[in-house]
Amino acid sequence: MSLLAEMNQKALNLGLPISVHFDITYRCNERCVHCYLDHDDHGEMTTAEILDVLEQMADAGVFFLSLSGGEVLMRQDFFEIVERARQLLFNVKVKTNGVMIREKEATRLRQLGIEQVQISVYSHRPEVHDAITKLPGSLKRTIQAIRFLKAQGLKVVLANVLMVGNFSDQQGVIELAKELGVSYTLDPTITPKMDGDRSILALRIPGTDLKQIFNNQELVGNVEEFCAPPPPPGEDIMDGFPCSAGHTACYISPYGDVFPCVQFPLPSGNVRLQKFLDIWRDSPQLKEVRSIHARDLPTCSTCAHVGTCTRCPGLAYMEGNMRGPSTADCEKSFQRTGIPSANMLRQNRAAYAGPLIQIQALANSTPDHVF
Amino acid sequence: MAEKYIARSKAIAARLVGGEMMVMSAADSTFFTLNEVASAIWQAADGRTPLAEIVAGKVCQEFEVDPEQAQRGADRFVDELSQHGILLVSDQPLIDSSPSPEHP
Repeated sequence: MSLLAEMNQKALNLGLPISVHFDITYRCNERCVHCYLDHDDHGEMTTAEILDVLEQMADAGVFFLSLSGGEVLMRQDFFEIVERARQLLFNVKVKTNGVMIREKEATRLRQLGIEQVQISVYSHRPEVHDAITKLPGSLKRTIQAIRFLKAQGLKVVLANVLMVGNFSDQQGVIELAKELGVSYTLDPTITPKMDGDRSILALRIPGTDLKQIFNNQELVGNVEEFCAPPPPPGEDIMDGFPCSAGHTACYISPYGDVFPCVQFPLPSGNVRLQKFLDIWRDSPQLKEVRSIHARDLPTCSTCAHVGTCTRCPGLAYMEGNMRGPSTADCEKSFQRTGIPSANMLRQNRAAYAGPLIQIQALANSTPDHVF
Repeated sequence: MAEKYIARSKAIAARLVGGEMMVMSAADSTFFTLNEVASAIWQAADGRTPLAEIVAGKVCQEFEVDPEQAQRGADRFVDELSQHGILLVSDQPLIDSSPSPEHP
């Protein structure tokens, strides 16, 4: 076990929130087609409120702090927030589109000793990237930002969200990352909008494209190992937790709402009304999330993939049941291994359980549907 | 022998977790966990107090260790962390370099 894994285990044992994803604004200068956020400002926390929350988080034991949005640089107090975070010795990762980062901003970020900057790039072609961000010239500015950050010696990760409109440009983005000398990460996850609108899920790449990703050695390493059938789960798996959400990690919105994770919109408290540590320790919602072990999942506990699935409890929650399957992850497990999930098999059984032939009475004229 | 002064670098992240200090270098992402003795030295590394005084005042008194053994251990610890730029070492006080973190 690595030192980092040991510390995560220790934090889990001690019940410490070692990682926090903090969206300091939902405002943004881009309007990405797949974005789940409402970009209007409905009363973001003030500078003083955010600085106070940072102190509370440091007291609570938070070590890894991701500052994200929206676009973080839309806040005029962004550097004041980062400066305070670094004074409090957080390991700070900044997520941004880079459009507002020039040499001066890159220099300041380096001076503040942040760990990493993650920048979203959707394509190596401006016509594709800019069509997704709906901001003309955005790719050019984003690439310039990456060069400014690299010139300062900062670690940059190029984050490539994959959707139907840019899937074919994936290799081009990998090549761009190589040319820029930065790391590359991809994410095929498109989540419903915060208001429950699921229309953007139509942008999700189809299963056949997922399969292509899972068979790309450059991305997954040993393909045979990565796509191997899952081994039978042991007791440790069945007693384990699905992910760090609510266990060692949580999410705070610009309005002070606390959730188990950015992808898990279960309201669990608000730092404007309660202390962060009180929410972390006593929130009934977080306690419920923590109480769920793999063996408690009605469908997934019977699934061959239970030990290796990337099942996201937040996506499951958005599908109606935090103990239920996340169909997007069922699809990933299936495309990776060729073995259908328990949920898929159940759905197939349900489909077959229906009438194979529908017959309408002759008196009602000719049947419309005969299957 | 010249005095040795130690100060924490500003380019690190750190947090006390269950009695152990987690330290990560922003420069090379090297991750360290310090045990209680090392954590005590780390927290006392203000750039103004000589290492020998930290060892005598913190380590020997709080952990009941033989002074020579404690000094050898402290020297090794300081050498290793300074190689990763996590601790700054000088034979003069490092007053300007001391970040005095509020929440290690």
